[in-house]
Amino acid sequence: MTDLTKLTLVEARDGLAKKSFSARDLTSAHIAAIERANASINAFVLETPDRALAAADAADRNIAKGTARPLEGLPLGIKDLFCTEGVRTTACSRILDDFKPTYESTVTRNLWDAGAVMLGKLNNDEFAMGSSNETSAFGPVVNPWRRRGSDAKLVPGGSSGGSSAAVAAGLCLAATATDTGGSIRQPAALTGTVGIKPTYGRCSRWGIVAFASSLDQAGPITKTVEDAALMLSVMASHDPKDTTSVDQPVPDYAALMRQGVKGLRVGVPKEYRVDGMSKEIDTLWQTGIDWLKAAGATIKEITLPHTKYALPAYYIVAPAEASSNLARYDGVRYGLRVPGKDLIDTYENTRAAGFGKEVKRRVLIGTYVLSAGYYDAYYLKAQKVRTLIKRDFDRAWNDVDVVLTPTTPSPAFAFGEKSGDPLAMYLEDIFTVTVNMAGLPGISVPAGLSAEGTPLGLQLIGKPFDEGTLFRAAKAIEDAAGRFTPADAWWLT
Amino acid sequence: MHVDEATVRRIARLARIKITDEEAKGLEAELSGILDWVEQLKQVDTDAVEPMTRVVGQDLKQRADVVTDGEKAAEIVANAPMADDNFFVVPKVVE
Repeated sequence: MTDLTKLTLVEARDGLAKKSFSARDLTSAHIAAIERANASINAFVLETPDRALAAADAADRNIAKGTARPLEGLPLGIKDLFCTEGVRTTACSRILDDFKPTYESTVTRNLWDAGAVMLGKLNNDEFAMGSSNETSAFGPVVNPWRRRGSDAKLVPGGSSGGSSAAVAAGLCLAATATDTGGSIRQPAALTGTVGIKPTYGRCSRWGIVAFASSLDQAGPITKTVEDAALMLSVMASHDPKDTTSVDQPVPDYAALMRQGVKGLRVGVPKEYRVDGMSKEIDTLWQTGIDWLKAAGATIKEITLPHTKYALPAYYIVAPAEASSNLARYDGVRYGLRVPGKDLIDTYENTRAAGFGKEVKRRVLIGTYVLSAGYYDAYYLKAQKVRTLIKRDFDRAWNDVDVVLTPTTPSPAFAFGEKSGDPLAMYLEDIFTVTVNMAGLPGISVPAGLSAEGTPLGLQLIGKPFDEGTLFRAAKAIEDAAGRFTPADAWWLT
Repeated sequence: MHVDEATVRRIARLARIKITDEEAKGLEAELSGILDWVEQLKQVDTDAVEPMTRVVGQDLKQRADVVTDGEKAAEIVANAPMADDNFFVVPKVVE
């Protein structure tokens, strides 16, 4: 029998429909892979095999009856930022302790209603604050990819590092993730997987642990572009419980994906050619341009003049919103409590013990920029810069349908390489953060390997709610580049 | 923008996070570095620019003013570190 963990989501769906294997076989294969690999990869922070097998058996009954739903019997990993009813949810922070939600997030509810199976909860940077998964209270995740001829541990990107590593290592068919400044696309790029952050408002944020509410958005990390189209078509919905969720029908992304790129106008922004960008990233970008051209698209250089201000503006807006959102962790309503001599002392002790270093840093920055006398100079200024960033894109859409850029400035790096310097780590998001600031959809698709033999990704940015065009262009790149999987499955030995 | 140690302590107090002397010194340099870096936004002329308050232009949704949820006190306190008779228990705040 073929190794069921090597299948794509779509291949597994088709195999179940043809009864080549059962949902129980499929889920059991993934549970076995997690058992062997998780000690070295650390992608799962909680495994739910009993629940998974029960859901798989229910799926087998539905398939036998001919009532299979779109994701019937397909085993997934869920980022630990999504609240799952009765199943511990921590955002990988000590402060949430043993929190067991009494409700289900809308995105995961949509997945279970479509028949998907939950294998467990996936590791991430604490409260999704990080680009390497090194800030998790459960310890770092290890990238299944290694540099050629080396066994040094590389980071899987962040904050959705558990999601990207689990998908790349074949520990789940696909995973949920969230993206506030690049947390879906950057880890996808560093692990040879596909990750899409949809338009703000496309997926409900209800039941997702909040980081920066005007930027947060859920999306999938998958093995292929078609898998991402299938996942997003189920995750996206209008939700009355999230007032920012948009009441627009969810298109058939897989059908749109097949339309090809003939006549598509692709923009290449000159401001993304940043100082110090490596030659191989530049070459990869040019290769992507050539592939799209060969597939029938036209290429046009465009200008997005406020690009360089996106990252500093982000590091005002995101911490400000985080400091407000994280005020709820007070040691009273849920999670950890460290008693003090009075109520305020209890708050201070609890938050000192419960939050990690990076989370404290951002809460303090956010508190500072929102404090009396500084609001206009920082937060209001940053929100105005955001308007200008969005305006740059609005102008570009007169001339082009989609924008092509690299996803990251460099390939996967080693543990500790950037964690000592917050600004060096923040620069990981330099190409992805503009998309969140403007609320646009963005996808990262694997496009090649670095000189070290590790994956590199290209990013496509689209108009609001035009995810369909992103899937078309991403498919053209995937068709030309092929898929990328680690040569040696060292984590299974 | 240099943030001194007294400011770090004031901000930490506002954020209700207890910090050690060693942390305060480290944060002084880190926060100053980050704030120096965001100073570059001053180069951007935003005098005639509206702040972005929403990503997608849509009318504020309305619904009928009726109760759609509630009567679940036990669920709400289910994860509390200390609860009694569906109340959260906190240290005494009024003498």
